[in-house]
Amino acid sequence: MVSELQQRMQDSFVEHVDEELLMDCMRCGFCLPACPTYLATNQDESHSPRGRIALMKAMRDGDVVWDGSVEDSFDMCLGCRACEPACPAGVQYGVLIEETRVAVQQAKPISIAGKAVRKTTFDGVFADQKKMAAGVKLVQFYQKSGLQKATRKIGFLNLFPPFMKQMEAVLPTIESKKKREPVLKPGNLKVAFFSGCLMDTLFQETNRKTIEMLEWLGAEVVLPKEQQCCGALHGHSGEMEKGLRNAKANLKAFDSDDFDYIVNNAGGCGAFLSEYGKHLEKDPQYAEKAAEFSRKTIDISSLFIKLGLNSKLKQMGSAEESIVTYQDSCHLRNVNGVFLEPRSLLQDAPGFEYKELIDAGSCCGSAGIYNILQPEMAKRILDAKMKGVKELQPAVVVTSNPGCLMQMQMGIQNEGLEKEMRALHIVDFLYDAIHQNQTQG
Amino acid sequence: MTVHSKDLLVSIVGKENVKDTQAQLLAYSYDATANFQAKPDLVVSPRSTEEIAEIVKICAREQIPIVSRGSGTNLAAGTVPSQGGLIVLFNNMDKIIELDKENLTITVQPGVITQDICNFVEGNGLFYPPDPSSMKISTIGGNVSENSGGLRGLKYGVTKDYVKAMTVVLPDGETLKLGGKLAKDVAGYDLMSLFVGAEGTLGIITEITLKLIPLPISKKTGIAYFNSLEAAAETVSAIIADKIIPVTLEFMDKGTIGAVEDFMKIGLPRDAEAMLLMEQDGNEEQVERDIQQMIRIAELNGATSTALASSNEEAEVLKTGRRAALSALARKRPTTILEDATVPRSEIANMVKAIQQISEKYDVHISTFGHAGDGNLHPTCLTDVRNEEEMLRVEQALAEIFHVAIELGGTITGEHGVGEMKAPYLEWKLGASGIRVMKAVKQSIDPQNIMNPGKMFAKETKMRLVINNG
Repeated sequence: MVSELQQRMQDSFVEHVDEELLMDCMRCGFCLPACPTYLATNQDESHSPRGRIALMKAMRDGDVVWDGSVEDSFDMCLGCRACEPACPAGVQYGVLIEETRVAVQQAKPISIAGKAVRKTTFDGVFADQKKMAAGVKLVQFYQKSGLQKATRKIGFLNLFPPFMKQMEAVLPTIESKKKREPVLKPGNLKVAFFSGCLMDTLFQETNRKTIEMLEWLGAEVVLPKEQQCCGALHGHSGEMEKGLRNAKANLKAFDSDDFDYIVNNAGGCGAFLSEYGKHLEKDPQYAEKAAEFSRKTIDISSLFIKLGLNSKLKQMGSAEESIVTYQDSCHLRNVNGVFLEPRSLLQDAPGFEYKELIDAGSCCGSAGIYNILQPEMAKRILDAKMKGVKELQPAVVVTSNPGCLMQMQMGIQNEGLEKEMRALHIVDFLYDAIHQNQTQG
Repeated sequence: MTVHSKDLLVSIVGKENVKDTQAQLLAYSYDATANFQAKPDLVVSPRSTEEIAEIVKICAREQIPIVSRGSGTNLAAGTVPSQGGLIVLFNNMDKIIELDKENLTITVQPGVITQDICNFVEGNGLFYPPDPSSMKISTIGGNVSENSGGLRGLKYGVTKDYVKAMTVVLPDGETLKLGGKLAKDVAGYDLMSLFVGAEGTLGIITEITLKLIPLPISKKTGIAYFNSLEAAAETVSAIIADKIIPVTLEFMDKGTIGAVEDFMKIGLPRDAEAMLLMEQDGNEEQVERDIQQMIRIAELNGATSTALASSNEEAEVLKTGRRAALSALARKRPTTILEDATVPRSEIANMVKAIQQISEKYDVHISTFGHAGDGNLHPTCLTDVRNEEEMLRVEQALAEIFHVAIELGGTITGEHGVGEMKAPYLEWKLGASGIRVMKAVKQSIDPQNIMNPGKMFAKETKMRLVINNG
């Protein structure tokens, strides 16, 4: 007997998941070794890209009915998209999993509690930069007030799931946000900075350094005021419409022919920004603007390279050699194909020797809010990642995305390695390396 | 499968090594063959030969079909549980047991990934040559059961040439040890070769000892492009006739070149009608001489341009492109149906011509690539299973390709196996007496037909189409 929910699910899959894209998969299995959840589950095919695509098709065709195991298979996907570059057939897995999440979201009755969380997150905090800032103010108060130390000491957080406790410990110290006017200096290249909601609040210092470095390299940096969260978190969670609402707001905020580039320093955001064009290609009003926006989108490492940072770094020479390594941002690597650029900057960084982390290209388990939704699997993947880190013993693990940064910090903390190493955003790392070098010189 | 049998099977491997959710059963209902799909009743991951023997005893008593499955990359529906039953996985039996440097052998469990074996032995200055295109994910157990080939087959042979010993659990649950680390052994029938390539229809292989050879000192890779398929094919024959046995002599036609270029973006010329990928290994002097000579022969036979890979990395990229050919072709149409017809290498030009004619005759889009050097071609029909009329033409075209291959002294499958897909054609190659002998063997070892039923032996010798799966 197929229940009403199961029928609704099947209809929703038929409506939302593109059969033609599903047919692109010929099931060769070349994606399997690239999939972190396939490997972390001791090769469970139902947690592989090929298995998930087969399940999407089976949902459409009625060969399976919606149940906990099917839901689990989709939920367990990190959305890291490592399967895409591995796929000779060019299957658009990212689109398929997003469509699947929309299909599920549309058909599924959410529990009242779940709804409240989603509502706050997707309609509230991430939709509105002001609210985000206010939320962060609370964290800030909590940190500044000494309450943080106290609660850490008395084990208040022990009352929460272990994951929450660990995550709290790696939150960056938030500097009070100073009023910042768009800086307008004459420069060769005019760059609009997409500051990102998380980056602009929890990682404000990194943003400040990003702008400072761009200006130091001779770019003119503009910060469009009305910009919002990129919408990636919405899009990846089956709330594509809300994601596109943010996208449109950003298209308005960045609506100027003036910019040579729209730069971001968060891999997850950057990938979604670069796909505005694809997501809005059928929107008569926004298609053109979105395509233009995506064309101009660039990640910070690539832009640094265009602005000649490598040669500046090389000129600095190097004194002592500590090891620095790099953990890829999945979306920066798998969606935007950017992985050589950050490495080339790290290789030239003064005072450091770059060493490649084993499986640096595989997901760390952060994956947006995955580590909040699937803490156990995220931990399993992180533990595997930390094995490689421990082998390499770097002084710094560099990342290109706030989620990865917090995840790697958590990994370091879980292993009790805080004294030996730290995780840094690539901008912070380069900024510090340059300043250290200049003070020494 | 009854609840009772299921409980018994679960009690052998433990709950944590059982997969039985709806999602899991669906995820083990297919392999890499288009158009075949069926769900198993249960999936188990045993941890030892002993556990497998216990499992088989229960299945024999309860008459439960058993399908052994590596990573499910089979191209002839050999690992689709078409009659339901039990799937046995080897993800818990994935250890390298021993590297014997004195006898030049490696002993492994069936679940080890082929590429991992290659990397491991190469790290020790040794070489395991068989390299099926799926080697990054295929398991050695699957390779042995399918007698897989690969790009290096021309010079080094195929999987069967490297199997020295094995442990097999027979369909009655008895364990049989065959072969040894021996250079010579004529004690009795060559039973081991019966199990290599048996596609899991005679028993379950639970441990394998493989022969290794010293790792060649150097290798060089070259490419040649042609403006006709015939010129490329004639080059292949000319190279062999010149007494050169290269490691690799791979062929791709225009459609394949385009698809691989779409995936790899390495600058392959989309306007070339065909390309050959040539590789030689050995001592430096010999390698240099052979690769130059092959390039010269290609040019004499009308190659429009030739080049040598400038580094190992570049050569690796070219080979990766060739290995991805089939999957890359899948981007062109919804369904990819691949054939594996093989002819004596002297007939390669004739076969290529025949495929072209068949493609036109039935108005079916066929792209061809393959191991030209050993006569093993992979004509691939790009089609759509949802179009019944087109599928009928595809079926006719494939049947005619089989027919021509056999006429030219070839076979219906060179390396992918018979499975369920090619079972209806097997008699074309073996004749009635060949099938009779095979059936006698099968009947005597697996009288209840529980080992991978429905594979290798067709109910009747004609094309059967399973509808409704992609």
